[in-house]
Amino acid sequence: MSAAPAPSSASDKIPVTVLTGYLGAGKTTLLNRILSENHGKKYAVIVNEFGEIGIDNDLVIGADEEVFEMNNGCVCCTVRGDLVRIMEGLMKRRGKFDAIILETTGLADPAPVAQTFFVDEDVQTKARLDAVVTVADAKWLSERLKDAPEAKNQIAFADVIVLNKTDLVSASELAEVEARIRAINPYAKLHRTERCQVALADVLERNAFDLDRILDIEPDFLEAGDDHDHDHDHDHGHHHHDHGHGLKHYHDEDMQSLSLRTDQPVDADKFMTWLQDLVARDGARILRSKGILAFKDDDERYVFQGVHMMLEGDHQRKWNDGEARESRVVFIGRDLPEQAIRDGFAKCVAA
Amino acid sequence: MAGLDPSAPAASIASVTDRVSALSLPQPAASVHFLGTIAAFVGSEDNVMLVDGTAEARTIAAHGGGILCAATDGKRLVTGGDDGRVVAIDRRGEVAELAADAKRRWIDSVALHPDGAVAWSAGKTAFVRAPKQEVKSFEAPSTVGGLAFAPKGLRLAIAHYNGVTLWFPNMAAKPEFLEWKGSHLGVAFSADNRFLVTAMHEAALHGWRLADNKHMRMTGYPGRVRSMDWTAGGKFLATSGADTVILWPFASKDGPMGKEPLMLAPLKARVNVVACHPKEEILAAGYSDGTILMVRITDGGELLVRRKAGDAVAALAWSADGSRLAFASEGGEAGLLVL
Repeated sequence: MSAAPAPSSASDKIPVTVLTGYLGAGKTTLLNRILSENHGKKYAVIVNEFGEIGIDNDLVIGADEEVFEMNNGCVCCTVRGDLVRIMEGLMKRRGKFDAIILETTGLADPAPVAQTFFVDEDVQTKARLDAVVTVADAKWLSERLKDAPEAKNQIAFADVIVLNKTDLVSASELAEVEARIRAINPYAKLHRTERCQVALADVLERNAFDLDRILDIEPDFLEAGDDHDHDHDHDHGHHHHDHGHGLKHYHDEDMQSLSLRTDQPVDADKFMTWLQDLVARDGARILRSKGILAFKDDDERYVFQGVHMMLEGDHQRKWNDGEARESRVVFIGRDLPEQAIRDGFAKCVAA
Repeated sequence: MAGLDPSAPAASIASVTDRVSALSLPQPAASVHFLGTIAAFVGSEDNVMLVDGTAEARTIAAHGGGILCAATDGKRLVTGGDDGRVVAIDRRGEVAELAADAKRRWIDSVALHPDGAVAWSAGKTAFVRAPKQEVKSFEAPSTVGGLAFAPKGLRLAIAHYNGVTLWFPNMAAKPEFLEWKGSHLGVAFSADNRFLVTAMHEAALHGWRLADNKHMRMTGYPGRVRSMDWTAGGKFLATSGADTVILWPFASKDGPMGKEPLMLAPLKARVNVVACHPKEEILAAGYSDGTILMVRITDGGELLVRRKAGDAVAALAWSADGSRLAFASEGGEAGLLVL
C-alpha cells in the first residue's frame, strides 16, 4: 500500500456506460443484471425520471434529459445540462461507487450525452465515457428502424449492440434485422441474446472512447466468428450462430457508414484542414467518426475520434516495424455526401 | 492592513504564512463560511464542521449524503443535500430542518435573504420561504442553475437554460425573463441592485443592466468561472477561471461595457476561488496549485498566505468583520489567518 497520490490518468476517471434502446427492448433487464451480478463493483445509476422503474440499487439518480445548445455558434453542439449537474453532485460521493451507468429513454439522442464528455471540463477531468450500449429488440427493431429516427440514431451511435429477444424470431428474421443493423453501423460489437444474457465484460469497461484503444476499425462482422470464441461462460442459447454474416446486404435510405483507406502517406496539414472543414460543414450529419492516420514523415500513428462537430485526436504510438502504414477513416452518419468525402480524402494524400 | 507593503519588490513577495494556523478537519471541506467568528467548513458529504478559533472541529451531522450547496447570512448556514433536505445550522451547532423534498430530489442550490427568507431549488422548481410565510414555488422552464436574492425587496433571480427569471414571490406580477442563450449557473446581483451577472456553463460571464436589460458579455476565460465575489463597495466583480484574478469594473453606470478587466496576481496556475474582504479593497485568491494570495486591488500588491502545495484550494472565506480568513484545500487541509 502506498499513500502517494495516484497519477491522474484515464484509469482514475470514473467510467460511464450509456445504456440506450427503445422502450421494452430490455434495458432494465440488462441494467438489473449488471447490478445484481456478483462482480464486487458498486454502480451509481442515472435513470430517466419517467423511465422504467424497479431498479435495485443504492445509488439511483433521476435525470431530466435536459439538452441545451452550446453558445459556440454550432447548432448540433448540444449538451446534457442535467448530466453536468449530476456528475458534479456525484463526485461528492466519490468512493461510494466505481462506475456509472446512465440509462437514457428510447426517445433520446445519444449525441448530447457523448458531447457532454467532450466539452465539459469538469465532467471530462473526473469521468470518462466508456461506451454507448444499445439494447435492441430483435422482433421489433426492423419496424422501428423504418418509423423511428431515434432507433436509427441509437444503432448508428452504438459501440455495443445487444440484440435481445432472439428467441422470439426465426433465423431469417434474425438475419434480416442484423443486416439492417449492419447497413447502419458495421463497426459496433453485436451480441445476440435472450433476456439480455450477455457477458458483462462485453458491455462494461469497453474503453470505446479511449483514443489509446483505437486499434483497428474493421467492421465487426468480419471477425464476428472470433468474437464469440473467447472464454466467457454465458449461455448464448442462440442457434443461429454461423449463418451468413454479411451475405445479405441492405442499404439504409438515410443512415450509412463510410470507410476510407489509403496506403499512401497522408499530408497532415491537408488532412487536418479537410477534416475540420468537413465536420464544421457536415457535422450535423456525421454522428460518429474515427480514424487511424499514417502521416508523411511521421513515425507515429495518429488517431482521432469525433461526435458530430467535436473532434479529439492525438499521436498514439510509434508504428511497429513491419506494420502496414495504412490510413483508415470511418464516418457514420445521415445522408453523408459520400463522393465529396471520398474526393476530399483523396486530396489529402501527400504528393 | 499592516502586512501589505506597497514598496515590497514583486520578486520577493511578502509572506504571512507563519501567521496561519493549521486546522485539522475530520473530512475535506468543499466550502467554508463564517458564522460570526466561527468558521463553518462544509464537507462534501454528511457533515458541517464548526471551528472556533483554532479549537478542535465540532462535527455536525447535517445530511445523509452529499452536500450540494451552501449559503450563509452570517448568522446561520443553510445547506442543501442529495437527501432532499434543506437544513440550517447556527453557530452553536443547532440543526434545524427547513424543508424536505417530497420526492427526495437533490437540492441543487440555496440562497439567503438578509431579512431571513430562504430560497432553494430542486430540478426545475425554485422555492422561497419568507419569515412567517408559507413556502411558495416557481416552475422554471428548465433546471435551475443558481439562485440569488436581490439586495432590496423580496425578489429572486433564478438562473436556468437560456436566461434568468426574476421572480417576485409576493406579487402576482408575471416574472421578468432576461434571455441569453446557453446554460446559466451561478448568479449574483450587484449590491446597488443595478446589475445582474451569471456565470455560464461555457467559460464566460453574462450580465444585464437591470434598468434597461442591456447585455454585457464578459468572455476570454480559459476555464469555467466557478467563483465570483463583489469587492468592498461593489466597485469590481472578482472572478476565478483564469491564471490571474479577473476583476470587472462595475463602478460606472455602464458597468464593464466597453472596458477591459483588471488582471491581478498572475501565477502559473488557475484561480479556483476568490473571496473579497468585506471592508477593504483587498481580496484573497486560491489557486489550483495550492497557493493562496492576498491581493490589494488598488495596486496589485500581493501577500502570500499559503505556499504552493500541489493540493488545490477548494474554499476561502472572510469573516464579516474582515479580521479572519479561512481556507480549505481539496486534499483536506484547512487553515485560519487572524489579522
